[in-house]
Amino acid sequence: MTDEMVRDPTLMSCPLPLDDYPTVVLAHGGGGTFSRMLTEQVFLPAFGGEELAELHDGAVIEVEGGRLAVSTDTFVIHPLFFPGGDIASLAVHGTVNDLAMCGARPLSLAVGWILEEGFPMADLWRLAVSMGQAARAADVRIITGDTKVVDRGKGDGVFINTTGIGFVPEGVDISPRRAHPGDAVLVSGPIGTHGIAIMSVREGLEFETALETDSAALWAPVQSLLTSLGHELHVLRDPTRGGVASALNEIAASAGVGVLLDETAIPVEQEVKAACEILGLDPLYVANEGKLVAVVPEHRADQALAALQSNPLCRRAARIGTVVSDHPGRVFMRSRVGGIRIVEMLSGEQLPRIC
Amino acid sequence: MKYVDEFRNEADARRLLDAIGRRITRPWSIMEICGGQTHTFVRFGIDRMLPEQVTLVHGPGCPVCVTPLELIDRALEIARRREVIFTSFGDMLRVPGTRGDLLSAKAAGADVRIVYSPLDAVQLAQKHPDRQVVFFAVGFETTAPANAAAVFEAHRRGLENFSILVAHVLVPPAMEAILGSEHNQVQAFLAAGHVCAVMGYHEYEPLAERYQVPIVVTGFEPTDLLRGTLMAVEMLEEGRWGVENQYARAVSRAGNRSAQELVARMFSVVDRKWRGIGGIPASGLGLRPEFVAYDAERRFDVSAVAAEESPECIAGLILQGLKKPHECSAFGVACTPEHPLGAPMVSSEGACAAYYNYRRGEAVSEATAHGGGS
Repeated sequence: MTDEMVRDPTLMSCPLPLDDYPTVVLAHGGGGTFSRMLTEQVFLPAFGGEELAELHDGAVIEVEGGRLAVSTDTFVIHPLFFPGGDIASLAVHGTVNDLAMCGARPLSLAVGWILEEGFPMADLWRLAVSMGQAARAADVRIITGDTKVVDRGKGDGVFINTTGIGFVPEGVDISPRRAHPGDAVLVSGPIGTHGIAIMSVREGLEFETALETDSAALWAPVQSLLTSLGHELHVLRDPTRGGVASALNEIAASAGVGVLLDETAIPVEQEVKAACEILGLDPLYVANEGKLVAVVPEHRADQALAALQSNPLCRRAARIGTVVSDHPGRVFMRSRVGGIRIVEMLSGEQLPRIC
Repeated sequence: MKYVDEFRNEADARRLLDAIGRRITRPWSIMEICGGQTHTFVRFGIDRMLPEQVTLVHGPGCPVCVTPLELIDRALEIARRREVIFTSFGDMLRVPGTRGDLLSAKAAGADVRIVYSPLDAVQLAQKHPDRQVVFFAVGFETTAPANAAAVFEAHRRGLENFSILVAHVLVPPAMEAILGSEHNQVQAFLAAGHVCAVMGYHEYEPLAERYQVPIVVTGFEPTDLLRGTLMAVEMLEEGRWGVENQYARAVSRAGNRSAQELVARMFSVVDRKWRGIGGIPASGLGLRPEFVAYDAERRFDVSAVAAEESPECIAGLILQGLKKPHECSAFGVACTPEHPLGAPMVSSEGACAAYYNYRRGEAVSEATAHGGGS
């Protein structure tokens, strides 16, 4: 890219292989390689900037008297109401958690609503109440907002954007680049629960399950980790779309390290396992909310695990793998029967199989 | 989880691996028929734990992979019509036709929906009497009963706006085509347990006799596959042939009679083209003459749509077990899950996707060398 192009991005041609994807496909929002392609090949070159290039859940900026984290997330989930939650509480948790992944205590949220003409007012009220409750529970204030209404048929009921700012305490240095060989990889609880809970009520796939989303604000467990480890908390990640597999691949790529997982150590609820077996999905790629992945030094692993487990949200936190110097940029897993295989980033969307 | 955890047990896997190691005295090539079995082998890293003398040849049992290109193009042509709701199992959506796949047709405005059962498509037809609902009836003997049930049900309810695009194929003729080929390297088969759960395994007995080949009906979990491999190795080492059943918890010799009757009532055996392999006589199913009204190819008059394969793609050789995915020059370079040239790179059951997802590149051997738990 020439300097001239940086000054005037319209000089660049779109770097995505347009022959293959002349239009946006759903996978571009799936959190896997397609999403990454969009970010790296369209938005990064067009915007520039080192904060964005970090490709973290949020960005940290220096201001007078300290550091602030900023993050934004947009919610287009369907159905709007699902077991254990709804789009509005999710919109609070999602952004609060992206801030927490920067080690930031969430302070304030800005909320943008895009409503479809004809959306029932009673449902909007339910969502507003739920959002208020979620914000109070997460100890974050909603301080500004915006509402737009689009023509009937041009939206899917409700879309929500939330943008948050948080305060980064002194000494916190969390970045995907800080994963070092020898570090332990932890997960804060059973994976894939949220994704399967949503799928269980999606049209055409309803299956009976007692599963509820585990969507929750994660600042409390992050605070426990920071209190216990301080500067030694290397990496945090919110394994939402694309699941734990994609989050770990991003960490491995950013830090230029490898990750070796132990399949038997990865906590997965029985019902999630069963649903994944039936649908031909891999829990490692199923979306999470209210879960975090942490990378910490080996000698602090037990302490970090205890800090997580002291929080009611993270009782089943577990150590699932190790950062290694072999195969940089790649994630491998020792399978339940002892074989080794690669764990790729999610490609496209996870599609249920034929038989 | 019952019926899963007990078959993913490391101690049992080790015992079976040791037994195979003790029993084997020379190299053998064994083909696992089903793509689901290929994935278990690779996903759990079992293929690399087996003794070197065992060469696994990955079979053609991936319904997505063997569905001919022109049928995908016909599906696209039908899906693009305004009046059509095109329904399919999820993994057909990314299989590239000559111009695009069903997902990009969806992005361009076609009403393409994933269903989890063909009966859901029948439901849709009932719910939308003003639309034409088409289901992409892909698969082996495993999915045939449910697809037959869908047509049966649409017929019973008098739904005239439901039809299926049939791409059904059968396992035994494909095995026969492999065994009859002058290039054949396969010395024993792990037959697809789920196909046999429906069809039983009596139809494999004449094949085993004619070609003097061991066929072991095998399940899909790691220790199923190891036990199936052990049984095949024992038969090979002892010079025996015939059909043995590793998967007795799901498969009987006669199979599921009511499922077979339903299939026979709606479908008859027809010649079919297999992607990458070509035409095989009497190797598929088509709707019986009395049910052709439910045949989407006729209803939408797309039989003339023809297509040519990408010259770079060696899917045919892969599906016949003559080449391994990484031996293809396009593998991982011109052909990836994001930009698949051929179907085996798309489907969750395709051999190329299995190799790409679970063991791409040399890094695997490094990881193995430095392996161990965490």
